[in-house]
Amino acid sequence: MSQTVIRDYSVSGTDTRLDVELRKVFKVYDGETAVRGIDLDIHQGEFFSILGPSGCGKTTTLRMIAGFEDPSGGEVMIRGKSMLGVPPYKRPVNTVFQSYALFGHLTVWDNVAFSLRLKSCGNTELRERVGDALQLVKMSDFARRFPAQLSGGQQQRVALARALVNHPTVLLLDEPLGALDLKLRKEMQVELSNLHHELGLTFVMVTHDQEEALSLSDRIAVMNNGKIEQIGTPSEIYEHPKTAFVADFIGDTNLLKGQIESIYAETLQIVTDSGLHIVAKPKTLWNGADSSSSNSSSSNSSSSNLSGSHASEAFVSIRPEKVHLELSPPADSISSRNCYAGKLKHVMYLGTHVSYQVELATGDRIAVLQPNRSSLMDLGTSVYVYWAAEDCLALAPQE
Amino acid sequence: MNSLSPKLPLKISWQSMFTLLMFGFMYLPILILAVYSFNSSRFSTTWEGFSFKWYEKLFSDVRIFEALKDSLTVAFSAVGISAVLGTMMAVGLAKFRFPGKGLYRGVSYLPLIIPDIAIAVATLVFFSSLFGFLNPIIQSLNAFLTKMGLLSLPLPTLSIGTVIMAHIVFCLAYIAVVVSTRLTSLDPHLEEAALDLGATPLQAFIKVLLPELIPAILSGCLLAFILSMDDLLISGFTAGSGVNTLPMLIYSRVRTGISPDINALSVVLILASALLALTSEYVRYKGEQRRLNR
Repeated sequence: MSQTVIRDYSVSGTDTRLDVELRKVFKVYDGETAVRGIDLDIHQGEFFSILGPSGCGKTTTLRMIAGFEDPSGGEVMIRGKSMLGVPPYKRPVNTVFQSYALFGHLTVWDNVAFSLRLKSCGNTELRERVGDALQLVKMSDFARRFPAQLSGGQQQRVALARALVNHPTVLLLDEPLGALDLKLRKEMQVELSNLHHELGLTFVMVTHDQEEALSLSDRIAVMNNGKIEQIGTPSEIYEHPKTAFVADFIGDTNLLKGQIESIYAETLQIVTDSGLHIVAKPKTLWNGADSSSSNSSSSNSSSSNLSGSHASEAFVSIRPEKVHLELSPPADSISSRNCYAGKLKHVMYLGTHVSYQVELATGDRIAVLQPNRSSLMDLGTSVYVYWAAEDCLALAPQE
Repeated sequence: MNSLSPKLPLKISWQSMFTLLMFGFMYLPILILAVYSFNSSRFSTTWEGFSFKWYEKLFSDVRIFEALKDSLTVAFSAVGISAVLGTMMAVGLAKFRFPGKGLYRGVSYLPLIIPDIAIAVATLVFFSSLFGFLNPIIQSLNAFLTKMGLLSLPLPTLSIGTVIMAHIVFCLAYIAVVVSTRLTSLDPHLEEAALDLGATPLQAFIKVLLPELIPAILSGCLLAFILSMDDLLISGFTAGSGVNTLPMLIYSRVRTGISPDINALSVVLILASALLALTSEYVRYKGEQRRLNR
């Protein structure tokens, strides 16, 4: 059941050679801008994911790397070579399509052999390479079947073999697991990860599934509205989102809008619009608009008292699993600063976890995720929610 | 609840009655025609005994074979040209975006709904005005060519060529419709996948798109072929004096009274087209079988 995917960060850490570079890439369709000037560096051998909601421009970005779309501006480079005007059939990349796009009139074997036959590759070499590719995805027994005779998962494997048989520099995956059911998706995630380790190829995957991106990738680029919001390792993205969008899109979070009352060292005092006083001690420095630009002499300890009129807007993000839920307020004084009384409004039993919604006196609803240890609490119970200031992130509002 | 189920197979429901009635309505005339083709009497009113003599007469009739030859020439040429043009049209409409595409699509499929008689008259008017315009030019050109001692060009007239052109008008639309339908059910990424794997656009079309479209192209051709073989109006208007297709011959003979050899011919035609339809269906079925469960 619990198939944890082992990741190896050393790849992205040590090898700095770049496989794919995007420089200020734009794409405009009929006057609508799908991609708004993105920069990307994808390292050799890295499992890179482009994550975002539908319509954020992630598939367009992948299609520009594959060569199906020409950028309206900017440059795409693969292994240092500009791909400007290079058609897809001359690029050292291969794609696994969301719909697999297998050739229905050809057998599995002929599908995989398609690209090698075009290159007029020798008969013995062809047989060897197709055989290897099919073995790699455990489809050797199905070589003589037609795609229509295969299940979705099997078709997915054939699509992978067909793309890998060519030994591409970069393997592009467009929502590769989107059409599979949950159990199969989990299995294929593990296999994709294993394949990546075995082959040492650069994988670039587009997905809208944040869990898939977190569990598979070395690095993730979160896209929204044609722009990259943040690039980082899965833990960076999850633990230290840079924008409110990333915090909200990656995993669940309690996002509260408010004003910064004061900044002292690394401690921020924030008053939410509903009137909640929150203390945040984010590990990453506040990068939002700072009205007291005058004392930027020491960036580490910028202490200032902002007057009400100058207060800058901010979002506070607290992950549901970082929120504690108790029947009585906690004894220790440090965490009591972010402690609020409320009533249980919603209880959702999730098996391993229980999800609670607590309504505070201010009307804010706080989502709490707790391991399923103690007995379930009843609706309407008066409870206290609290969280450490360190678990609280302050994020700049989006422009 | 009293059980009626054991009696059910014997009971004739109103649905089956209705079905039988419909089948009778559709096929009784053909059955009667088939029966009378074996009648030794000249007249359909009396039955004088079983005979093959009308079939013998039919197969020794040279004019019928000449008409059949004309019909087949028209059908094969029109369908062959339409298959190429129709496939290109369907693929082009599916693949490219250009201004006025919606209008173009609408106009291309118009021959499906325009009545045959309108196409026939329009084509005739078009040809006669075209020839009226071209003939003086060619005549003066010929006068010049003969002075130079060269061969003279023939004058364009209504001929089997004009019939073929007129047939292309509707065959094209039918084939394009069938191919378009297949194209919309195809994975739009098929061609991109081929390009991605190293195929040039031409190779992608020949090795991937065309094989996927072949069944649709063939069934479109079959439909167009049957319609072309069947056509009387358009052929009648656009054929010159030398051309006589099978439907034209049958029509001209029936006008002077129904002769039993036409009954026999009709039976042969029905059998031939049934065989054609059956074969194509069998081929399609076998192909599907091969693909789905081996």
